[in-house]
Amino acid sequence: MSPLPIASQKTSQIRFTLNGEETDVSFAPYKTLLEVLREDLFHTGTKHGCELGECGACAVLLDGQPVLSCLVLALECGGRQVLTVEGLGEDGHLHPLQDAFADLGAAQCGYCTPAILVTAKALLDQNPHPTRDQIRAAISGNLCRCTGYLQIFEAVEAAMLKIADQKSKVR
Amino acid sequence: MMRLPVFEFRAPRTLQEAARILDGERANAMPLAGGTDLLPNMKRRQQVPRTLMSLRHIQSLSDIELSPSGLRLGACLTLAAIAGDPRFRNGLTALAQAASLVATPQIRNLATLGGNVCLDTRCNYYDQSYEWRKSINFCLKKDGTTCWVAPGSSKCMAVSSTDTGPALMALGARVRLVSHSGEREVLLSDLYNNDGIDYIKRRPDEILAEVLLDSLQGWKSTYWKLRRRGSFDFPVLSVAAAARLSRDKVVEGAHIVVGAAACQPLAAREAANSLLGRPLNQPAIEEAAALAARIAKPLDNTDFDMTWRKRVTAEFVGYALRELRGDDVRSERESFTRYAFD
Amino acid sequence: MPDEKDSRTTPADAPEANGNKLRVIGVPRRRVDARAKVTGQTRFADDIFLPRMAHCKLLRSPHPHARIRKIDTSRAAAHPGVYVVLTGKDVPIQYGILPVSQDEQALCVDRVRHVGDPVAAVVAREELTAFEALDLIDVDYEILTTISDPQEALTTPEPRIHEYGEEGNIHKLVALEFGNVEEGFAEADEIFEDTFFFQGNTHLPIEQHASVAIKDPEGKLTVWSSTQTPHYLHRALAKVLELPAAHIRVIATPNGGAFGGKSDPFNHEIVVAKAALLLDRPVKICLTREEVFYCHRGRHPVLMKFKTGVKRDGAITGMHLQTLIDGGAYGSYGVASTFYAGALQTTTYHIPRYRYQGCRTFTNKPPCGPKRGHGTPQPRFGQEVQLDKIAERLKIDPADLRLRIVESSNSVTANFLQLGTVNLAECIRRVAKVSNWKEKFRNLPEGHGVGLACSAYLTGAGLPIYWNKMPHSGVQLKFDRSGGVTIFCGATEIGQGSDDVLAGIVAEVLGIDTFDIRLFTGDTDLGPVDLGSYSSRVTLMAGNAALQAAERGKAILREAAAEKLQVPKERLCFAGKRVFDSAAPEKGLTFQEAVCLAEARFGTIGTVGSYTPPTSPALYKGGGVGPSPTYSYSAAVVQVEVNSVTGWVTVPKVWIAHDIGRALNPTLVRGQVEGSVYMGLGEALMEEQEFRRLPKKLSHALVHKFPSILEYKSPTSLDMPEVVTELIEEPDPRGPYGAKEVGQGPLLPIMPAVANAVYDAVGVRIDEIPVTPEKILKALAEKKAGRDPRFGPTDFPHIHWPEALRVPPPWEGGDGHAVNEVPRRQKSRQEKEKVLAS
Repeated sequence: MSPLPIASQKTSQIRFTLNGEETDVSFAPYKTLLEVLREDLFHTGTKHGCELGECGACAVLLDGQPVLSCLVLALECGGRQVLTVEGLGEDGHLHPLQDAFADLGAAQCGYCTPAILVTAKALLDQNPHPTRDQIRAAISGNLCRCTGYLQIFEAVEAAMLKIADQKSKVR
Repeated sequence: MMRLPVFEFRAPRTLQEAARILDGERANAMPLAGGTDLLPNMKRRQQVPRTLMSLRHIQSLSDIELSPSGLRLGACLTLAAIAGDPRFRNGLTALAQAASLVATPQIRNLATLGGNVCLDTRCNYYDQSYEWRKSINFCLKKDGTTCWVAPGSSKCMAVSSTDTGPALMALGARVRLVSHSGEREVLLSDLYNNDGIDYIKRRPDEILAEVLLDSLQGWKSTYWKLRRRGSFDFPVLSVAAAARLSRDKVVEGAHIVVGAAACQPLAAREAANSLLGRPLNQPAIEEAAALAARIAKPLDNTDFDMTWRKRVTAEFVGYALRELRGDDVRSERESFTRYAFD
Repeated sequence: MPDEKDSRTTPADAPEANGNKLRVIGVPRRRVDARAKVTGQTRFADDIFLPRMAHCKLLRSPHPHARIRKIDTSRAAAHPGVYVVLTGKDVPIQYGILPVSQDEQALCVDRVRHVGDPVAAVVAREELTAFEALDLIDVDYEILTTISDPQEALTTPEPRIHEYGEEGNIHKLVALEFGNVEEGFAEADEIFEDTFFFQGNTHLPIEQHASVAIKDPEGKLTVWSSTQTPHYLHRALAKVLELPAAHIRVIATPNGGAFGGKSDPFNHEIVVAKAALLLDRPVKICLTREEVFYCHRGRHPVLMKFKTGVKRDGAITGMHLQTLIDGGAYGSYGVASTFYAGALQTTTYHIPRYRYQGCRTFTNKPPCGPKRGHGTPQPRFGQEVQLDKIAERLKIDPADLRLRIVESSNSVTANFLQLGTVNLAECIRRVAKVSNWKEKFRNLPEGHGVGLACSAYLTGAGLPIYWNKMPHSGVQLKFDRSGGVTIFCGATEIGQGSDDVLAGIVAEVLGIDTFDIRLFTGDTDLGPVDLGSYSSRVTLMAGNAALQAAERGKAILREAAAEKLQVPKERLCFAGKRVFDSAAPEKGLTFQEAVCLAEARFGTIGTVGSYTPPTSPALYKGGGVGPSPTYSYSAAVVQVEVNSVTGWVTVPKVWIAHDIGRALNPTLVRGQVEGSVYMGLGEALMEEQEFRRLPKKLSHALVHKFPSILEYKSPTSLDMPEVVTELIEEPDPRGPYGAKEVGQGPLLPIMPAVANAVYDAVGVRIDEIPVTPEKILKALAEKKAGRDPRFGPTDFPHIHWPEALRVPPPWEGGDGHAVNEVPRRQKSRQEKEKVLAS
């Protein structure tokens, strides 16, 4: 029997919080967070379009901040919080951003969508009432080749209003 | 999927431990801060360190120390932290603007100040995959013998593409370099070499730990960046300018730095000195702009036509100086950045 | 919104609407696959993970043109973790999308033709291992002359990049003449001659091409792939792997963007299929971004010369177009592209006499092919910019000029294209109105300008890629006792919303909710053939097929329901998941009950529908490219701001009107329009597929200048202007519920509108795409120096054109045939014999 090739050796382990759940994972140490999410944890909602930090498709929230998972070593994620599109919904319901994106045509092919959704979530978490310009800036690291972005802006704005509405009802 | 090569990983908790690791590994190890430049380079096999040493776990590298005499910025502060910090205004505006114009929001959440200051020089013949570089038989900067930008040149012509470097140079920044054998402070303008390969005087065993700034009381500064799109792109030309004006609007001190127009940020000293003792009127601005543009030597290894990039230099210096004079140049800035800054 | 819907009338010849009111069609709706997309559950090809799955990497040529002397794979094969290494001899059979250009091999056997041409494949346990092993393959190359551009191809007949084609490195020559163009020029008051260049660009879908192949449990082949054309891939796999097509299943996974870039059968798809069969384990490949640039099949770089004669009132008397097309290293769709570059000029404005000469050359670069607008954006750019020049010289407002010469509905053009509804005039009027065109044009302050341009595009290619008389699209419906309906169709979801089109139409006809419908699409085993998501054909063709299948199902259900309810069939209405008496709505059945009744009476309920386009009146050789059931029309106004010192351009706003026939789902339609504007602006201002030829004395290298998503400049959210979209809805009876295409047409007017706007702003003509600040500044310098205020090509090279096929236009009594077709064929045979004899 031939020895396990080095690229196949899952010699590293981390424990981190993935979408709110404590998660242990073993992986080959050269892997980025993107690769571990997709290939070792089968969370394929996070996409990739270049793996070099040039398209934004792999964005996830790391400790609440949008980052590119292709540029983060999985080894650096021990003990941290990672949120992917799979963790956006709550209590069996879609997140208002997801609903708005679905209703308003913000997802065409849907490939850049997961990254834009988590990036927009981080924006709304930090700034519940962003202007159109602030939305444009916040997702300026996410290339979308289908929509021309306008329906994405509108969906973020619609979600913003819905979230504000929900909050006022809770109050 | 582009993959990293296999590497050893180290995560020291203190600067001393980190310095010890680098001392033992020498050129085989590279410090990893945000990773936004190094990891893509590794995936393209431009840089293949045997050991990656993370700086993320060294708490002190993310400190900000603000005192009346000046400012100490830990090298691992993220660009987002700097861009978003309201304390970085007036004298420090150029730094905040430069940081806010790097790459994309997600990258600025990872990328660090130290990493951007030390950013590897860039070139259309070099920032390519291993396979692509094989198809030009490699280049002088990595694995080859010819600089394809200037095939007669014995020097690599890769371009300094840091945004914060020119801004910090215009603010007179120094950096603190720490190694196992000791530490030193270097004026940032002395840190860089005009050589695409040997572009920085940081030794492989040194860690750039801090950026130091003297008080900039009374100074105003600004940063102008040229790139194709409103986001993502590295600068293909930039102008950082800082000035201190007397009460009657005469220039008492000035620095102009041209970025992305050579292998290092270029201090336009003659241009800056030409302003001293004069009000920032149109003739003074035009003279300084012409002098600054003269030193810009863009080559055909980035986006855009090189002669056009040179042509824009004077215009950018003009915008920058008019802005420092107090003119409203927001519409010009918005046109180039494609974003209205608040 | 509801008021607008209510006031919309249903055309007399449209399918019977339910109670004259459409409930699904025309209503802005969440698309059927939206939830999957916003939850990250859409399974793209690279999201497929299977037990024992191996990973494939391709070794690609580092040389632009070379002979392969020898390949030694032994070191790679012995590398730990490597399962198998393939070379060209494992998959030697040639293939290609067009029957006339079967010039590709999955792995090159004896010749590489561009940097990136694949020569070997490594399949390993990990992708990293496969990548590392590539460097262990030793290939001995003999370098051949590099041919970098069409001019070089014309002057360098040897070495030939391919052993077929017209001659030397000319792949295809086209010469067609419709009426006597010289007579047209003689009648003209003014003659305009202009040369233009349109740089190549690429699709850049964010999803990189990926494929997974398995030998299925029965021993047959299944391939999942990000392809727009599973049917054509199916055929290519059968050919190259020498397997019965019935033993191959191709599943087109939802594409993460395609734009034409995933419509050829690709080498990597064939390689993983072969490897999976050899290894009997799943094999995956996912290309890197750089490799996607090598797949390319993007916009051809085209040098164009337009000669147009006009009367003083703007009427066109004749047009002569010549194109020189850089095809890259393979045929791909290139023969079609060459025809398309000359086909649609006649569809927007009345051109009584028209001559087209096109030349596609081979060069040592990744092959060009169909990108959004396939072959037509380049000449559309030239035509629309030239019209702007004509309007200025004739002192006619460009909008008015166009309104004077627009083609009318249902006409047949000089080149025998049968038009459908033509609402271009309304597009122009609407866009001029909403943009305040009259107030702005030539009146904005220096540095600010507006430009207008128009276009037309196919709603589906009239002919299939390979000659056959079968339908272009088929749909099967299964009616279930549960009340659910299942749609089976080969149509491929590439993000455009084809699944939603099918579900929307079926739901409308049957009066059910789209959520009651399950779709199986893009799967060659499960659904009847649809030719693919290209040429903007799905809405009309698959849509009509779905409409037919649904109407047939409805008829069966109606029969059973009428009997049960004792209501005349024609009074039955299908709506709200019910079948009821339109005269007494409370009298009815649930949809499910109707299905059960029908099943009890007729047996299992399944219906089919299919669509075959009408035959075209264009009967001449080459007339197969251009016909379509109907054409969409667009008009756009772009506003620009130009900095006269730096040439820097910004686009603050775009207005566009699109003649869609009917918007089936207005949310998606608007998305297609805005996405087209977006991509058009990218092409207009920044996108370039550029190559770098190293100094010839030092190197033979010819490389893609920057095969990265960083340096290939796709506009970001900060670069996107405000867009005002106006839909012109006059249903075209040829489309389902009157719908025409929207995926490609709205891109076309953007590039010329930008160039025209730059002229309005600063008075310089940029006769070249992209319009960059450097070019504007150079033109401004020309203007300042008192020379021609223009940037662009000045010469068109001499090309030895064949004698044109002469086709008299309809108004000269033409019947669609060439008058000299037979003699020409004889002539070429005579020439061939002469060559053979010598």
